[in-house]
Amino acid sequence: MSAQPLIEISEVTKRYPGGHEALSNISLGIEPGEMVFLTGHSGAGKSTLLKLIAAIERPTSGHIIVNGQNVGRMKRPALPFFRRNIGLIFQDHKLLYDRSVFDNVLMPLHIQGVIGNDAAKRVRAALDKVGLLNKERARPITLSGGEQQRLCIARAIVSRPALVLADEPTANLDDAYARDIMDMFRAFNEVGVTLIISTHDQDLINRYGGRKVTLAYGKQVS
Amino acid sequence: MKAWLAHHLHSLKIAAEQFRGAPVATLFTLLVIGVAVSLPAGLYALLSNLERAAGGVKPQAEVTAFFKEVDEARARALAASLKKRADVAEVLFVSKADGIKRLEAAGLADVAVGLPENPLPHTLVLTPRETTPVALEALAAEVKANPDIERVLVDSDWIKRLAALMQLGRDLVGMLILVLGAALAAITANTIRLQIYARKDEIEVARLIGATDRFIRRPFLYFGGIQGLVGGLAGWLLVIVAGLLLENSVAQVAAAYGSQFHLAGLSLQETGLLLLFSTALGWLGAYFAVGRALREHD
Ligand SMILES: Nc1ncnc2c1ncn2[C@@H]1O[C@H](COP(=O)(O)OP(=O)(O)OP(=O)(O)O)[C@@H](O)[C@H]1O
Ligand SMILES: [Mg+2]
Repeated sequence: MSAQPLIEISEVTKRYPGGHEALSNISLGIEPGEMVFLTGHSGAGKSTLLKLIAAIERPTSGHIIVNGQNVGRMKRPALPFFRRNIGLIFQDHKLLYDRSVFDNVLMPLHIQGVIGNDAAKRVRAALDKVGLLNKERARPITLSGGEQQRLCIARAIVSRPALVLADEPTANLDDAYARDIMDMFRAFNEVGVTLIISTHDQDLINRYGGRKVTLAYGKQVS
Repeated sequence: MKAWLAHHLHSLKIAAEQFRGAPVATLFTLLVIGVAVSLPAGLYALLSNLERAAGGVKPQAEVTAFFKEVDEARARALAASLKKRADVAEVLFVSKADGIKRLEAAGLADVAVGLPENPLPHTLVLTPRETTPVALEALAAEVKANPDIERVLVDSDWIKRLAALMQLGRDLVGMLILVLGAALAAITANTIRLQIYARKDEIEVARLIGATDRFIRRPFLYFGGIQGLVGGLAGWLLVIVAGLLLENSVAQVAAAYGSQFHLAGLSLQETGLLLLFSTALGWLGAYFAVGRALREHD
């Protein structure tokens, strides 16, 4: 008897409006506690796959089951509660520049109704993990690229999700920063968090091992 | 519970920040809402005052009935029975003899002099409880049906006119409420639309990390509701100020008619209703604006 996969992707095709087929017939299962690298050239469909898992986009055909829930058919009112279980790290950061580092990380907790000292403690713990504790009052715009990247990570993990989807978390970072971040991910993984990390960086994948899924022109190569 | 309260407080704070962020635009919007509210409210207050003023001359709404040649006891009996009716407030019986005395008292004694006998009939003056034209006519018709009654006079024309004018005024108030209420909601929706546009990044991120529609909507609803409430207060204030400005000239007009009249503002209940209404419309406008924005996001 094998454990039920955390994520089950079967024969998924995604065609964007305009007809471009970003993903063709992808099938993939991911077990709880796995750390999976998603790789492929620019435009291969990595971001699209992550968005499908997080129900940000819907599959054109096939189905995606996450935690026993059919993501493609999920009703609108259920979406927020589904997303709260997922830590999302966006390729384009999606930080809010009109508020402090602290408030950016507070946002997911606030949305879930965690407030006061409880929330502040958790925000500081998350900032501490990514080494930004001394910058909590800063505006994100004053942070370096690597620091912004880490801020995204803090925001993704502050609500302690069991699944983290990281879209190119080490892009544009020099090697030392990239390694910092990867070490952090490995530490999460060691405490049981399932991670899917998309990246171009083959060296990084080789260094950290783990499972690798390669996409090319929307097709699964390995 | 605590989290719920904290969230509502936070939404209020966000709404307050929106006000502070654009004080001039906010003041202008409040003024526009105030004017929109003050028009129907002012007209309504005017009507209430008119109705009250008309109420002061109500006793004129009378039904006068003249008897045929019957003896006084019989006429008085009819008067007594009419007095018992629920729709009759007062009955004044004026006998033949009293009629002459009244003429004399009015300085018209000459008229009666030289007449072989008292030409006046016994007369009944009825004051109905209700002064609507319908009630007056109904009472008159019934009294006229009595075989002892020769003739009935109803002076209801002016009451009919007044009632028609009042109805017109009330219809106008209703129409203004509809049109300007819609305008209030639309103004609010437009303000909120601009706010949503300014905060679209925040809304997008919030949705991506699990915010419900309610969570996103709440600060905007607060803003719309509060803007409606404050705008309603502004409208109420406009009506009060207008009343104060008119008070003097109204008193002069009343004095010229030899009476006293004080303008009344809106009652506590009416004020409450007005504020409730403007708050609800602001809230509604915000609800629609956010609803549309949320649907566009999908
Ligand atoms: N919203 C969209 N509408 C239309 N086409 C899109 C949309 N998003 C992505 N695409 C297209 O789908 C394909 C896959 O895009 P995706 O962003 O998934 O690639 P990626 O592997 O993440 O690339 P990168 O490494 O550059 O981030 C691309 O050809 C892209 O142009
Ligand atoms: Mg991408």
